[in-house]
Amino acid sequence: MDELEAIKVTFFQECEELLADLEGGLLAMQEGVGDSETVNAVFRAVHSIKGGAGAFGLEPLVRFAHVFETLLDAVRSNEVPGTVELAAVMLRASDVLADHVGAARGLGDVDMDASAAMAAELKAWTDPSAAPIAASEAPSAAEPVLTAQAPSAPVSDDLDEDDLGFDFQPMTISIDAQAADAELIPDDVWTVSIRPKSDLYRKANETGLLLRELNLLGPIVATMDDSALPTLEFLDAEAAYVTWSVRLETEDSEAAIREVFEFVDGDCDLEIVRGEAPVEAALANLLSSIEPAAEAAAEPVEVEVAAPPAAEIPPPPVAAAPVAPAKAAAPAKAAQVDIPGPGQSVIRVDPERIDSLIDLVGELVINQAMLAQRVGEYGIAPSSSLAMGLDELEQLTRQIQDSVMAIRAQPVKSVFQRMPRLVREVANMTGKQARLVMDGENTEVDKTVIERLADPITHMLRNAIDHGLESPEERTAAGKNPEGVVRLAALHRSGRIVIEVQDDGKGINRERVFSIAVKKGLIAPDLQLTDEEIDNLIFLPGFSTAEKISDVSGRGVGMDVVRRSVQALGGRISISSRPGLGSTFTLSLPLTLAVLDGMVVDVAGETLVVPLAAIVESLRPKAEEVRPLGPVGSVLAVRDSFVPLIDVGVTLGYRDHSPPPTDGVVLLVEGEDGSRAALVADAIHGQRQVVIKSLEQNYQQVEGVAAATILGDGRVALILDVDAVINLRRRETPRPTEPTLIAAE
Amino acid sequence: MTRTILTVDDSRTMRDMLRMALSGAGFNVVEAVDGEHGLEVLSAHRPDVIITDINMPKLDGFGFIEAVRIDDDYRAIPILVLTTESDPSKKQRAREAGATGWIVKPFNPEKLVEAIRRVAA
Repeated sequence: MDELEAIKVTFFQECEELLADLEGGLLAMQEGVGDSETVNAVFRAVHSIKGGAGAFGLEPLVRFAHVFETLLDAVRSNEVPGTVELAAVMLRASDVLADHVGAARGLGDVDMDASAAMAAELKAWTDPSAAPIAASEAPSAAEPVLTAQAPSAPVSDDLDEDDLGFDFQPMTISIDAQAADAELIPDDVWTVSIRPKSDLYRKANETGLLLRELNLLGPIVATMDDSALPTLEFLDAEAAYVTWSVRLETEDSEAAIREVFEFVDGDCDLEIVRGEAPVEAALANLLSSIEPAAEAAAEPVEVEVAAPPAAEIPPPPVAAAPVAPAKAAAPAKAAQVDIPGPGQSVIRVDPERIDSLIDLVGELVINQAMLAQRVGEYGIAPSSSLAMGLDELEQLTRQIQDSVMAIRAQPVKSVFQRMPRLVREVANMTGKQARLVMDGENTEVDKTVIERLADPITHMLRNAIDHGLESPEERTAAGKNPEGVVRLAALHRSGRIVIEVQDDGKGINRERVFSIAVKKGLIAPDLQLTDEEIDNLIFLPGFSTAEKISDVSGRGVGMDVVRRSVQALGGRISISSRPGLGSTFTLSLPLTLAVLDGMVVDVAGETLVVPLAAIVESLRPKAEEVRPLGPVGSVLAVRDSFVPLIDVGVTLGYRDHSPPPTDGVVLLVEGEDGSRAALVADAIHGQRQVVIKSLEQNYQQVEGVAAATILGDGRVALILDVDAVINLRRRETPRPTEPTLIAAE
Repeated sequence: MTRTILTVDDSRTMRDMLRMALSGAGFNVVEAVDGEHGLEVLSAHRPDVIITDINMPKLDGFGFIEAVRIDDDYRAIPILVLTTESDPSKKQRAREAGATGWIVKPFNPEKLVEAIRRVAA
């Protein structure tokens, strides 16, 4: 059953894709850009979901998909016009379908009442009169018989019966039928006359196979009548000339015999008569004179059966050439198109194997760094073959690492494609009109990161619609399009993935945010803050601008929680806003959670790693560039601006007093929000790629430290969290009541 | 001699189901994702039996069956139509196109193998 489980996993993966196709197609229809192929694709999506669900016996899913499919089939055949209005209904139906898929997968529940209501709504489209009384000529599949049985059934009951009809279609090949009819007279003799038409052979059916099937029911004696066979010169190779008469002894019913001919129904004249036909009777007598009649088992008869069918069949494939040869060229031409077949282009690999491969490559990187360091310690010349070989090794190691990472890289599409639904739902709930525009869906990022993108994006979108966008009336009054636009974009920026959620709403009401923050005791009333700082107050713990907890944004999760979870991943989130024009959330995360390019520095005898992405430049400060600011602080003049000097050793508690900055090296760093700082270190060791080992997983979160790594000499070094260090320093400056920007817990 | 079955279905789930059932019964399975692809695979593998879905992109089951039936090299290959369509008119259309037989989804492996046995020489 393992295999079946694996297929089930595939099925749910496929469902995700199909649901996305479905949604995409419906959106196209809603925007009026869909054509007949769009409708077909949408139909196929629902159809395939139903098909797979049926195979796994996922009843509620099958039932709902069936109703949906029926409507789509009607749209496909133009019985129901595919209007914009209908597309909107079907979009909601696709959400319900997605819920059913989720429930079947064990993720979440389906609101069965809502589902039934949706199904009824869908049904009403195929058959407007179906609501009170089912019409007798409903257009959908399987319906006529059933509605006729229950003409006055209310809608919901009607649905159930309809769906039962789907599961028990009479045309299913049923081998159990034989057993069901077993009460018939045993060892009965039947005469089966078969007169094949040429259509039977055209469809690649064969009389010989029919005889073989009959022989499975009981011993047979087949007689061929070739009296109609013309002489060779008049023979049409495509035509059927011979007829068969078969004497069959079987305990099975006539229905069972008839079922043998199920596939050739209409393609041959069939006569099934109980008893012996004259010729067969004679033949049977002849046989029974050789053997006792009744228990003459299969073996003597089989000899007779095996040979004739093959010889009898007119030879359609060989001789005939009535078909224009030109037509045969079509498939040959198509064959030149190189489409990778299923299974050829895709290898399925257990994610654990890739994870362990990544771990191993991580170890390899550390090992390689260690080697390089040892070789350096022995003072081997860089031009020596050993050093050059090591360089090559380093390059190869890096390439291997990139390749391995690429295996796990996936487009953010899988997360993005869940968002249109979210936007619809939130817009519905809040009475806003919102259109989602997505960019950069194919931006790739490590799978481990992708999985953690969904929650923050969900929150940012909710927030953008609930708090960002105005109501249609307000928008109209402000001279804007009543429909707000929310833009969700993904892009790569300096080794990180950046997700932006932008709305064209009213922007952040800074006065209000400020006063709320004061009211909640988060900041001092006389605190001077820049616009940007005010905007980012919404990330403070305990801050929520919603006066009442709305259904949408206020699910007990504030933006502070989002920020914290993002920070835990080594990411940043910030917001910028322009009054009247909208707000932009910017979320940035490392592309991978496994490796990092860093600068190795010495601080108070400790080795630290500063993420390279944050470093703008490194410099040795001159005495005249350092200016004191306040009682303890000082700033560094860098070209035209002053940047706060931060002694990392003091901030992290390695030492109490900073040595003069002029003795050390300064790293000019830039935080996510664009703020700059000059980090003072004692010495720089150089640039190195390090493997990230989580502190939280192995120890606990430490303020100012993002993670740890193991260096070439085997020592553990901490990786600096640049933003946190900048923020820590801000807190030190004399602002008595300034909020803690990083949650203490 | 192992028989080769060509399955043509745009649903990966369904192809996997078929593969599982058919491989389990000792058949060699080759797959195609739509009718067009099916015609290509057909020329490369010369299957003994074809099982095809009806609703597919590019070239649907009807078109695929017709294309197989007009080709002198392939028209004697039995084709089973595999579909959830309970609509008799679809089945009839598939037969007119030249389908040898049909299997209604959801199928169980026994039914599937039995249907193949019925049409395979």
